[in-house]
Amino acid sequence: MTRLVVISAGLSAPSSTRLLADRLTEAVVREIGPVEIDVIELRPLARPLADQMLTGFPGPELQEAFDAVAAADALVVVTPVFSASYSGLFKMFIDALPRDVLTGKPVLLGATAGSGRHSLVIEHALRPLFAYLRAVIVPTGVFAATDDFGRDADLSGRITRAARELAGMLGRQLAVNRPRSVEEEFADPTPFEELMRRAGG
Amino acid sequence: MQLGIFSVGDVTTDPTTGRTPTEHERIKAQVTIAKKADEIGLDVAAVGQHHNPPFVASAPTTTMAWIAAQTENILLSTSTTLITTTDPVRIAEDYGTLQHLTDGRMDLMLGRGNTGPVYPWFGKDIREGVNLAIENYALLHRLWTEEIVDWEGRFRTPLQGFTVTPQPLDGVPPFVWHGSIRTPEIAEQAAYYGDGFFHNHIFWPASHTKQMVDFYRRRFEHYGHGAANQAIVGLGGQFFIRPNSQDAVREFRPYFDNAPVYGHGPSLEDFSTQTPLTVGSPQEFLERTLGFRDYVGDYQRQLFLVDHAGLPLKTVLEQLDLLGEILPDLRAGYAEGRPADVPEAPTHASMVAARDAAVAAGAPEADVVAAAEGHEEASA
Repeated sequence: MTRLVVISAGLSAPSSTRLLADRLTEAVVREIGPVEIDVIELRPLARPLADQMLTGFPGPELQEAFDAVAAADALVVVTPVFSASYSGLFKMFIDALPRDVLTGKPVLLGATAGSGRHSLVIEHALRPLFAYLRAVIVPTGVFAATDDFGRDADLSGRITRAARELAGMLGRQLAVNRPRSVEEEFADPTPFEELMRRAGG
Repeated sequence: MQLGIFSVGDVTTDPTTGRTPTEHERIKAQVTIAKKADEIGLDVAAVGQHHNPPFVASAPTTTMAWIAAQTENILLSTSTTLITTTDPVRIAEDYGTLQHLTDGRMDLMLGRGNTGPVYPWFGKDIREGVNLAIENYALLHRLWTEEIVDWEGRFRTPLQGFTVTPQPLDGVPPFVWHGSIRTPEIAEQAAYYGDGFFHNHIFWPASHTKQMVDFYRRRFEHYGHGAANQAIVGLGGQFFIRPNSQDAVREFRPYFDNAPVYGHGPSLEDFSTQTPLTVGSPQEFLERTLGFRDYVGDYQRQLFLVDHAGLPLKTVLEQLDLLGEILPDLRAGYAEGRPADVPEAPTHASMVAARDAAVAAGAPEADVVAAAEGHEEASA
C-alpha cells in the first residue's frame, strides 16, 4: 500500500494548518484509494528537535519521525507562514532530516496564513527549499489564507488539482543519483581496495 | 583488558565558579591527571590533538613524552592523532621517536577531525577527509613497515628513496587504532589492515557504536585477520560518580547543563538514557560499564573521559580515586566469562613476542610482518 506521510507544523489546536493538511490528505485518498497515512505533528517534536540541533543525534521520538519520512512514497507538508516564510519549527525539522532522505520523493506543498498577501510563499520560500532537497515537487502548491476557509476562493478546486497531480506522480520511479547512505555502506561495504583507488583520485 | 582515560584537552569555564583555567594550568593538569591514572593502576592515558581554541592539545607527542618520563607503567595513546591534516612523515617521525623514548609504552589512535577550518590551515580540504585518512595512513603504514620507501600520492609531495628515522623500535611499529563515530569507511580501513577500531561511545547513542563495531568485526574476519570476536575493539565512556548517587547527579548537573557538545539541550536524565553517560554511584557505574559488552562483545580497551566541561582538577582527581577503588571489581567483571580466544590489545612486548615466535617457527616473511603489526591470527 502507498505510504503517505503528512507533516503539519501548525502550533494551535485546532490548527488551520492541520485542517489544510487533512483536506489535502483526504483529496489524495479520493484520488488513489486507501493509503497508509502517517501524520507527523511537529509541535510535540519541538524539544526533541532543539536537542537534536545541540547533540547531533535524534532522540527516539524524532528517529521514529525520520524513519517514517524515509519509508514514505509521498509526502504532504504544510506550514503556517511566520514572518513571510515557513515557520522556524518547520525549518528545524527539515534541517534535522537525514541527508538525501527526500531525494526523488513526490512532495505536495501547503501553507496557511492569516492574510492572502502571503499567497506566493510556497513559490518563493517552500519551492526553493524542496528543490534544494531534490524532492519532486507537485506543480500545484496549496496556499490557504484564513478567508479561504469561509468564502471558498476555489480552495477545494486547488486541493483536488494538487492531489491529482500527486497521484499522477506516484509509482513513477525517478532515476535519482544520490550518494550511498551509511546504512547501505554497512549492508554492502565498498571494499577497501576500491576506497584506496578512489582516494588516489 | 586495558582500562584508561582519554582527554580532548579543552579549556572550559567552570560553570559553578565562572573560573576559566589558563592554558598553562590546563596543560599541566593533563600531566597531573595522567600521573594520577598511572598511580591508581590504569593502563592507558590518551591525549587529544586540536589546532584551535579552546583546546590546548596541539602537540600530543610532546605531552606524551613528558608524561611518560614521569610515569612507570601507563601506556600513552592519543584521542585522536589527526591523520588528515598531519603529514604522515611527521607522524612516523614524532611517534617513532616517542616509541623509542618510552621503550614502546605508547600507541596511537587515528582520527579525521571535524573542525572545518583546521583543514585549510594545513592546506587540506575537509571534503577530502576520508580520502586523506586512507592515503595518509597508507603512507604511514609503509613508512613503518618498509625501510626504503618510494611513494607518490595526491596529498603530499612525492618521496624517492626515503627512509624514516628512527626506524620502529625492535622492528615493530606502534600499534594503531582507527577512531570513527559514523563512517563505515574508517571501520573498513581498520579491518583491512587488521588494526584496532575505537568508537568514541560518548555523546552518541549506543546503537551507533554497535553498528560500527559489528561492521568492523565482520570486515576484520573478511580480511583474514582472525575471527570477528578476535578483532581489536576500544570504546570511550563517560561517568561522574560519588558514593551517593544523588550527590553525583547534583554535583555534575551544572557541568552537564553547560557543557560544550550537549549543554543546553537534553536533560541529564534523558542524555544518560540515550548515551552511555553514567552519573551515579560507583556500583551503578560498574554495572552500566560492564553492560557495554552486551552490544559490542568482549573487547580490549575502555577509556573514560574524565576531564572536561570545566570540571576542576581537584574533582577530576577525586573521580580517579573513586575509579581506583572499584578498579579491581571492574577488572574482575571484565574477566568474568571472557572467552579464552579473545585476545588482549597488542602491546609492544606482545608484538615483539609474536614476531619472534613467527620467526622461530620459520613462518614466511608476510606472516612475520603481520605478527609484528599485532595480529597473531594472520598465520593461523
